[in-house]
Amino acid sequence: MTIKVHGSVFSTATLRVRVCLNEKSLDYEFIHVDLRSGHHKQDSFLSLNPFGQIPAFQDGDLNLFESRAITRYIAHSYAGKGAPLVSSDAKKAAVEGVWAEVEAQRYEPPAAKLTWELGIKPILGMATDDDVVKAQETELEKVLDVYEPRLAHSKYLGGDAFSLADLHHLPTLKYLMASPVKAVFEARPHVAAWVAEIMARPSWQKVLAEC
Amino acid sequence: MVVKVYGPDYACPKRVILCLIEKEIDYETVDVDLLKGEHLSPQAMILKLCAESRAIIRYYAEKYRSQGSELLGKTIEERGLIEQWLDVEAHNFQPPLYDLVYQLLINPKTGVASDPKRIQEDEEKLAKTLDVYEKRLSVSKYLASDTFSLADLSHIPFSNYLVTTLKKGYLIRDRKNVSRWWDDISSRPSWKKVLELHPPVF
Repeated sequence: MTIKVHGSVFSTATLRVRVCLNEKSLDYEFIHVDLRSGHHKQDSFLSLNPFGQIPAFQDGDLNLFESRAITRYIAHSYAGKGAPLVSSDAKKAAVEGVWAEVEAQRYEPPAAKLTWELGIKPILGMATDDDVVKAQETELEKVLDVYEPRLAHSKYLGGDAFSLADLHHLPTLKYLMASPVKAVFEARPHVAAWVAEIMARPSWQKVLAEC
Repeated sequence: MVVKVYGPDYACPKRVILCLIEKEIDYETVDVDLLKGEHLSPQAMILKLCAESRAIIRYYAEKYRSQGSELLGKTIEERGLIEQWLDVEAHNFQPPLYDLVYQLLINPKTGVASDPKRIQEDEEKLAKTLDVYEKRLSVSKYLASDTFSLADLSHIPFSNYLVTTLKKGYLIRDRKNVSRWWDDISSRPSWKKVLELHPPVF
């Protein structure tokens, strides 16, 4: 199979790539990377991602890492297949790009820390740090306070069409909407409606069924 | 309508200006004083000026594909690698370097004490990232391929602090391939023009 994804079932970055492949109806081989045995720090994996992080991605001879670079590549390379994830209009694509940056630079930091405390640590049998949760929830609310008016006059974050800017949120939403932090999303009606809409997409449901 | 870039004194706007010059796009600048920024703190001002600079340069590199330097590669695969190294710059290179600029160059101006432990951690993170770059640049002339791209361009404005006021040029010079790469990208006419027209203020 030409497309391979190396990662783990729990990893948000791996989920980001998998849901993108589903949007494009692309088959791929999923290769499990055993983080607990330190597989990701061994030379065989470092040749795929020198930073020793998951996921790593292969499409034929092309080898990529960084989940959002991978999704961009998939969106462009398979533009004609499945759902369009990037606008063909340069200005619309630029606006989508702005909100994709917002997700990566402003939403992800608090969302990732909350996912770790409330989603992953319990799976690993580690104790949640309530002080971190409280502080990061406050940071997340600042970001969502910007999302709310944006989504009041725009159907999706990037514009009137679903795009990578929306898709990139799905993996952390998986954990946050199953935790007490879901309250901060539900308290903002336009954000809540957008979350419900994007999480109902068949491509996302398919990833969850495969977990 | 001419492109307007706010805050040319600072690094993130320089990222945009560098791209505009490479693509031979006219622009105007609007001065912003970080330390007297409206009602915002210097930290908030920097974030405002930095906001989404990579989205902006992606847009201009794409829209003006047919003129100036090609910054997005010739194939979709090359583009994929450029996106990858742009994300590496955003996640692994800029954050520790940005914090060093903050701790060592901006805090003194606002009378805030710097945190030596954080400075050491920042330097260690940056060194680890540069070790990866050193390996990559031993097999590739530039980060994504053998052609200069947006991924290399994105590094220039903040890296300049390392070799000037941060006095941490050794992070670059101690690494043979990174050193070679830095000499190459920082000698581009576009960067020389940026330094001439918009000299750094710290």
